[in-house]
Amino acid sequence: MNFLLLSLIKAGIVAGVLLTTLAYLQWIERKVIAHIQLRVGPRRVGPHGLLQPLADVIKLLTKEDMLPSHVNKFFYFLAPFIAVMFALISISVVPFGPEINVFGIQTYMQLTDLNIGVLFILGMSGMGVYGIALAGWASNNKYSLMGGLRSSAQMISYELPMAMAIAAPLLILNSLSFREVVNGQGAYYFGFIPNWSIFHGPFPQIFSFIIFLIAAFAETNRVPFDLPEAENELVAGFHTEYSSMKFASFFMAEYANMITVSCVATLLFLGGWHPPFPAEYGSKFIPTIIFAIGGLTCFYHAANPARRLDKFTLPVFGVVFLVIAAVFMLPIAGKILLPFFWFASKVGAILFLYIWVRGTLPRFRYDQLMRFAWTVLFPVAIINLFVTGLAVALESR
Amino acid sequence: MDALLFLIFAGIAVICAVSLVLQRHPISSALSLVGVMASLAALYLLLGGEFIAAAQLVVYAGAIMVLFIFVIMLLNAGTEKKIVKGPMVRFFALPLLVILLGILGYVVQSLLPVSDPVNFGSFTHGAPADVGRVLFRNYLLPFEITSVLILIAIIGAIVLARKEIE
Repeated sequence: MNFLLLSLIKAGIVAGVLLTTLAYLQWIERKVIAHIQLRVGPRRVGPHGLLQPLADVIKLLTKEDMLPSHVNKFFYFLAPFIAVMFALISISVVPFGPEINVFGIQTYMQLTDLNIGVLFILGMSGMGVYGIALAGWASNNKYSLMGGLRSSAQMISYELPMAMAIAAPLLILNSLSFREVVNGQGAYYFGFIPNWSIFHGPFPQIFSFIIFLIAAFAETNRVPFDLPEAENELVAGFHTEYSSMKFASFFMAEYANMITVSCVATLLFLGGWHPPFPAEYGSKFIPTIIFAIGGLTCFYHAANPARRLDKFTLPVFGVVFLVIAAVFMLPIAGKILLPFFWFASKVGAILFLYIWVRGTLPRFRYDQLMRFAWTVLFPVAIINLFVTGLAVALESR
Repeated sequence: MDALLFLIFAGIAVICAVSLVLQRHPISSALSLVGVMASLAALYLLLGGEFIAAAQLVVYAGAIMVLFIFVIMLLNAGTEKKIVKGPMVRFFALPLLVILLGILGYVVQSLLPVSDPVNFGSFTHGAPADVGRVLFRNYLLPFEITSVLILIAIIGAIVLARKEIE
């Protein structure tokens, strides 16, 4: 098939899935945090608030787009574009699964495989800083400026330990292309312990993984490192002066960055789309079992409804889950869906961790944030890289 | 396709470079410089230097220029004032600049050895592994000396900054 046409189709699929995930990530975040705080979260729009993202999008699109009189117009308009563009570009090098065969067409579940893929993502996340820094500066507002300054300082500081943490598994995997990085983690020790970077002997990359996660929280301006938008100090930080769709683009950029970072963590440390134990021990039945249990639980709660509407909504979900469970049993769908299931569940686990941390931890103070980056995280990352290098050198001997 | 992409990115680079000089506001100039560096990265990519392109993007367009903009924002630098120029400058500046550039170009071109024209896609040793091999085998000594130089620069910067606090 035509390369251009194929790429267009794949880009459409990836963009569609990514944007839907973006919208629903926010719904999941609100739900999870609500349950952490013993609330129920959004419930009004659609069953269990499932149409809430749609309502939010309509609200943001139709809100009045205010233009403050004192802003630097060109950069004020440019900043959200930069933020959202570089956040969305990064996803193009992320592989979601292995080579697949759809209707006789051989293709990869990835838009493009660069031999500098990891560096590409680092570069794009570095360029994304401009969006936030410019937004803060162009707003011509002291709170916005402080937010922009904090974010650029924070991102410069945390990019170093992040790059060091990425370098350690790359030493082991010996490639910068994401596809080869994942293929290098496909084996199993003793037939059942996965050879993912965080389990790789003799020196497991668990420290790199933790450092990477901490730095990633800071890079994406999330709690506990969300100093750029600390409400009690800076109103809303760099996006104080933005409204309507321009405000929404910063929101989108933040969530897109979260997804990208979780994808990178999955690919580099958690073995990408490889299951946690081999298919011959039954890992290919796991998604079916999970969805079947989900479906049956829905039916059970529909039979004993806690709320009046549950009698009608939960059986629908139950049927949907059982259909998904059945689809996973089909051999042809299993080949495409199984790797994607493992990839998505690992990414989902990391995204859940993001939300969990947001619901649990308070915010750092700014000097604590900087001291932590330079006096704790960076030295630990260097030592970790050094030990990994030593282990790799001894291993190859 | 390659030639078209080259023309696009070379055009962006030149436009950004001119805007870098012409802009009055430091932030605009700095962002033009980011544009120059990003389009240079694209040109490296076209020539087959993938690693160099990525390094250009990560180090120059990403880290260094963010630091520049950070400092400009921190100092809150405003728009530069136009310096009043005499009549001599107003009439002769541009023609003289063009003549100087022309002479420079002519001299440089006549001094340089004639090299083969560049073909897009003919160079295929720009992958990270190739660059690493060359860097740590053929050019190990210059590489290490550079790192020592940078260390000296860092120490110097710290010493100078310390003095100011006292």
